[in-house]
Amino acid sequence: MSSVFIAFQDNEESRPVVDAILADNAEAVATYPQGLVKINAPGRLVIRRETIEEQTGQRFNLQQLHVNLVTLSGYIDEDDDEFSLSWEH
Amino acid sequence: MDAPAIKKKLGLKDRYAAMTRGLAWDTTYQPMDKVFPFDKYEGIKIHDWDKWEDPFRLTMDAYWKYQGEKEKKLYAVIEAFAQNNGQLGISDARYVNALKIFFQAVTPLEYHSHRGFAHVGRHFTGAGARVAAQMQSIDELRHCQTETHALSHYNKYFNGLHQAPHMFDRVWYLSVPKSFFEDASTAGPFEFLTAVSFSFEYVLTNLLFVPFMSGAAHNGDMSTVTFGFSAQSDESRHMTLGIECIRFMLEQDPANVPIVQKWIDKWFWRGYRLLTIVGMMQDYMLPKRVMSWKEAWEMYAEENGGALFRDLARYGIREPKGWKEACAGKDHITHQAWSGFYNYAAVAPFHTWIPKEDELNWLSEKYPDTFDKYYRPRFEHFHAQQQQGKRFYNKTLPMLCTICQVPMFFTEPGDPTKICYRESDYHGDKYHFCSDGCKEIFDDEPEKYSQAWLPVHQIYQGNCFPEGTDPTVEGFDPLAAVMDYYDLKVGRDNFDFEGSEDQKNFAAWRGEAAQGDKA
Repeated sequence: MSSVFIAFQDNEESRPVVDAILADNAEAVATYPQGLVKINAPGRLVIRRETIEEQTGQRFNLQQLHVNLVTLSGYIDEDDDEFSLSWEH
Repeated sequence: MDAPAIKKKLGLKDRYAAMTRGLAWDTTYQPMDKVFPFDKYEGIKIHDWDKWEDPFRLTMDAYWKYQGEKEKKLYAVIEAFAQNNGQLGISDARYVNALKIFFQAVTPLEYHSHRGFAHVGRHFTGAGARVAAQMQSIDELRHCQTETHALSHYNKYFNGLHQAPHMFDRVWYLSVPKSFFEDASTAGPFEFLTAVSFSFEYVLTNLLFVPFMSGAAHNGDMSTVTFGFSAQSDESRHMTLGIECIRFMLEQDPANVPIVQKWIDKWFWRGYRLLTIVGMMQDYMLPKRVMSWKEAWEMYAEENGGALFRDLARYGIREPKGWKEACAGKDHITHQAWSGFYNYAAVAPFHTWIPKEDELNWLSEKYPDTFDKYYRPRFEHFHAQQQQGKRFYNKTLPMLCTICQVPMFFTEPGDPTKICYRESDYHGDKYHFCSDGCKEIFDDEPEKYSQAWLPVHQIYQGNCFPEGTDPTVEGFDPLAAVMDYYDLKVGRDNFDFEGSEDQKNFAAWRGEAAQGDKA
């Protein structure tokens, strides 16, 4: 199974998103190349709105990801509650 | 007036449908095929355009909102950078030469890309594809503008940034990126998407905007890293557009598979050749280095791109034809490119140099199998020559590859001591290529590429002198006339970094700043 990844600008706005990803994806690993936080996971990675909201105590629209997103790999599936990346093979 | 009916807010997927399909209509008094004439002639068969889905499901209303937010953040950083004299905080004035190449080569490409997407955004029959392409068109225009705004600050202090759009149409090495986009824009709409959204954006822009931009951060250039990451967040959307387009074509009809495969082969190779220059910027032009081209290639091309090709295998798609050669090339191409530019620094509006001892050691460490054996001796020789006052500038014009337009300095697969050379005959003329990949592209469409605008040929034909030049006058210096045509200021924009105005100015500014601190 190939790995997927997502990377954000390494800033305060990204922090709850990164924490949520690490909480929801047991196999995800975050690395911090200069200016970035890059999270790799085998096969699939999910970002859940609810977990981010639990982290911040505020409402979060998943499309806000665009503001600090840098890059990603894998097929995207997105609805109001979850944003996931995966490879089918 | 009736009270508006209270409707339940639409979910993301329904809103996407309403804001894409819901905005389209079928023509009535003209047939659809006549209004959308372009998306058939390449032979791609589409049976159901509604199967197209933009995976991000970003609609125009949300697009403006989030792009607006990104712009505010970006311009706040650019402002702060300018107000704080950020140019004095960069690691080394040599670094700015990477920005010169970026501004001369990449920023005009953003504009070309904007035009290309505006064109295909008009010409796809399917509404989903049209909306996605239109958003990308606006993104690309934004990138052209934000890069210009961010880099114009450097133009106040450093040479070589004064004439980027003018140079893009004229300067020899800038025909490498220019020809890539002109080739893509003059293809059909599906080939354009395969070239730009898929090959360039998905497989290759990560290599441009991620490690290089991390490098900008590492070298104290907050302005560039911010526009880089701000642009790259759009690239994430563009990459998904590229993958969606490829999957859509493959799923619509099995007859599309061989057409798509041929485009993937072609555009991977063209993109790979184009990105040589980015690899060189990463390995040679960042005074503080983040990762080597080889490491970046392994992470983004081999791992990320490799995952995609393993996945596409279920449609009968294999990895691009030149894939293995490109992977082997990760040990060589940046060193060969830097040697090439070092040779031709007299006719380039940026400076070159020999890496310092610790930089040579870094290269040895990152390229243990090749650097000391093939490339270090060459640089040490150049350096020794320079120390004796014999800095070598190549004053002859090189043979260019007809397809990628890079001077023919790449070597044979498996033999880095031998220049790779291929040729084809077409209508009684000979055409020259740097690789099997480029030769195959030519042989497939010779009627297109035999028209290539090759800088060296144009110079020899006398087409690269300022208007009104009389080459018959006594003492005429053709090279000086060519540089005049480029608007390259001889003695300021070109030659070695050592001894340049940029070097002297930067040292003086930093000295003054240091004295100010003491006071």
